[in-house]
Amino acid sequence: MTSHVSATPLVRGLQDRLWTAVIARDEHAAAEVVFTAIENGIDAETALLDVIAPVQARVGAEWAANRLGVAQEHAASAIAERVIAALAHHPAVRTAPRLGRIAVACVDQEWHVLPARLLAEVLTLRGWQVDFLGAQVPTPHLISHLHTYGADMVALSSSIPTRLPAAHAAITACQAVGVPVLAGGAAFASDGRYARLLGADAWAPDARSAARLLEDGIETPVLTAGRQQIDDLPHLGDQEYTLVVRSRPQLVREVLAQLENRFPEAAAYTEQQREHTAQDIAHIVDYLGVALYMDDAELFTGFLTWTAGVLEARRVPGRSLRPVLDVLKAELKDFPRSTLLLDRGRSVLDALLVSGGPDTGDSDDRLSQFALHPDS
Amino acid sequence: MAPPKEHIAAKARRPSAAQWGPAPYPVIVADRSGTLIDVNPAAAALLEGAAPGAPLARAVPSWLVRAHEETVREAAGQEGGPQRSGFRGEIGALSFEAHPSRGLEGHVVWWLVDDTDRRLAEEQLATERQRTTFLAEASNVLLASLNADRCMRVTAQLASQHLAEAAIVIAPASGRKLPMAVAVEGRAATHGTVTADPAEVPGLSEALQGFPPVPSRWIDPGLLPTWLIPEDFTGPVGSAAVTPLPGHGVPAGVLVLLRSAGSAEFKEHEEVFARLFAARAGAALSAARLYAEQSDITRTLMRDLLPPQLSRVNGVEFAGGYQPAAARDRVGGDFYDVHPGGAPGEPSLAVLGDVCGKGLDAAVLTGKIRNTLQALTPMADDHERMLRLLNGALLNSHHTRFATLVLATVRRTEHRVRLRLTSAGHPAPLVIRNDGRVEEVDTQGTLVGALPHIEARTVETDLQPGETCLLYTDGVTEARGGPLGDELFGEERLRRALAECVGMPGAAVVERIQMLASQWLHDGRHDDMALVAITAPPTNHLSAVDGHTRGRYTA
Repeated sequence: MTSHVSATPLVRGLQDRLWTAVIARDEHAAAEVVFTAIENGIDAETALLDVIAPVQARVGAEWAANRLGVAQEHAASAIAERVIAALAHHPAVRTAPRLGRIAVACVDQEWHVLPARLLAEVLTLRGWQVDFLGAQVPTPHLISHLHTYGADMVALSSSIPTRLPAAHAAITACQAVGVPVLAGGAAFASDGRYARLLGADAWAPDARSAARLLEDGIETPVLTAGRQQIDDLPHLGDQEYTLVVRSRPQLVREVLAQLENRFPEAAAYTEQQREHTAQDIAHIVDYLGVALYMDDAELFTGFLTWTAGVLEARRVPGRSLRPVLDVLKAELKDFPRSTLLLDRGRSVLDALLVSGGPDTGDSDDRLSQFALHPDS
Repeated sequence: MAPPKEHIAAKARRPSAAQWGPAPYPVIVADRSGTLIDVNPAAAALLEGAAPGAPLARAVPSWLVRAHEETVREAAGQEGGPQRSGFRGEIGALSFEAHPSRGLEGHVVWWLVDDTDRRLAEEQLATERQRTTFLAEASNVLLASLNADRCMRVTAQLASQHLAEAAIVIAPASGRKLPMAVAVEGRAATHGTVTADPAEVPGLSEALQGFPPVPSRWIDPGLLPTWLIPEDFTGPVGSAAVTPLPGHGVPAGVLVLLRSAGSAEFKEHEEVFARLFAARAGAALSAARLYAEQSDITRTLMRDLLPPQLSRVNGVEFAGGYQPAAARDRVGGDFYDVHPGGAPGEPSLAVLGDVCGKGLDAAVLTGKIRNTLQALTPMADDHERMLRLLNGALLNSHHTRFATLVLATVRRTEHRVRLRLTSAGHPAPLVIRNDGRVEEVDTQGTLVGALPHIEARTVETDLQPGETCLLYTDGVTEARGGPLGDELFGEERLRRALAECVGMPGAAVVERIQMLASQWLHDGRHDDMALVAITAPPTNHLSAVDGHTRGRYTA
């Protein structure tokens, strides 16, 4: 998504007015801000990327900082959705398709539809014939769409790093039917390195660069060789990913039991607090899993840093993560890559606690997945 | 330099003329100056004019003369060293390897080995290998996609790369237009349609029909219509072939190959190769065409089974969400509908239900129930009667499945929304109140399609602006997973989640619950899940952007 950096005063004013309307859950006012701007001559792409997108990014950031409730966050997204939908039908922005055909989809189980939605609208404005398949598209649906309607390219969006294995499946499946994939979204890292690791044909940091890349053309994957998924990630041969992911429930159960042994206060948790804790442990295992899948420690340590930050914001001490790592390490002692990741995690966490509290840094879309704690 | 002992030993082993006389290979011996010293019978038969005393140049081809000179030169340089080999060339129509060995007094003994058959075999092997690789690659590329347009483009491109300078793939006409993919010299193919009469090209109409089988045939390039010659094809067409793509019962199309006047005509083995390629392309194209037909049929049949897109009806917000059990399915045993009342003042009927079973079989029965209920909409004020009629219809059908459902009659009066709700064996609807309470609506009834007599209790409730009533199927509460892997999502968790949804738009409530349930499942298997939210719009800021009801209820 775009930043506010280059925003003109006019655009900044629109952002503020839209923010006010969205926070008041006033769909009517929100629509009016955008439509009046369009009628006053702002182009639709600017409205989408420089007004609506930054406001949504702010909604996410405010939620991360615990200043917005889940209801407000959802209401804001719903309003943005409807304003975008209405904008697409506005006579002033209608464009006849003159370029190729593009399928825009979110990875299976990816619920953050907005970045993909914005890209779909921008590409439509620029003259592509866009099939917008929406949020959480199961790979079989995506592929049958490609068989039936064809596409020159697939733009694949994923915000949550834990969906990277699903993204990999989707990328290789699209390429196997001869359609190149442009990957985008926070899951692929700010420099797109995960997109490259998964063999995506292109990666773009935002909608405008995605549109530019597509206009320049992306090379069609070579099918003659018959590439296989494991070719991209040969380390998967050790099966650690599969084994760790498969034993997620047992790992969570074990960590929970040991925490209760070590900390009397944990044993006194209510059913609901216990469930939140279990969910947090499950997320740690999920990120360990995806770090194993990608063979990238940063995925795991980054998540720990971020979690410690969120925990502190919710007044839960970040050091409570350490025993979780210790128990996991004991449970996974036969897995060399997992052990290495847990060690790295621990030293990053220790450094963080010494330096006096983590920096939450940029929010990304991990947060919506992270259910927090006893009293959040 | 070699030690003298070995040198002597080597000398002792040198063959005499008597030894190579009966040798099965031609052998000639020449001295340093290039004069023939000895010729064995096999060599005499092969080389005309080869006799002792004759100059080498007159008896053997020039490549062998050069080989001799070279060998002599090298032998002078390095006494006793190894002999170079690897000389080869043609003698008459045959191909020979020439191996020199040291004779007496600096003579060179030439052993000629006929390798003609081997070389032919090697050449053929290389060609065959190339073709096999190409065919394997072509299969990989062709079979990758079931998209007919793409198959045509790929076929044209591959053919223009390996078989001819330009290739055109023509598919059977849809209406008056011929779909056509054109590629020149292996460049990416262009795809489009032409309005043209296939009869203009000899053999094209027959080949397009796919039956009876027609062989590929050569046509006079002069007869080609201009629409068939690609714009970027250089020079006049020298030869043109029309090859049907065998489609196994489905007409797959025709491959037209063009070569320019300058290049070679097709050889017989090239035609065999072209046929092999055509067989693969035809198989891929007919599979793609069958897939397209089947998915057309499926789409048409499924259209009425898909969950409808819900929106605002008569001042009430409706939102629905559906997740079939299997990711590849689009329909299942859950269903929902909203039938608007005949006039704006009349109530709408919302229905959500669950047929026992999942997948297509269950979906077919949902279609039947949905149709029946739609027909019964006029009696939306008497749910029990509707359910009795539906029950009768289901008992009389050949389906043995039963169903549970919730009926909701929805009427807006002023700012409030009045609901009449009846459950027939279905989980009771939940209402999110503005004060944060989540209420269960106390309606109960018998499921339909199993028993001859059914009972049901209808309950009325009102929604204040901003409040939402959620209808859901048990796929949501019975989602099994969670951090420990085997817990049910359960009604309690659903209520807790809804308590966080106070004041949210109906669509957001549906999406939130769907998201929580699917995260709970964590890639696990689940039953169909369906949700409908009925929301009384907040009064101060009504939707202005959903089209037809713009501003209608803005107070």
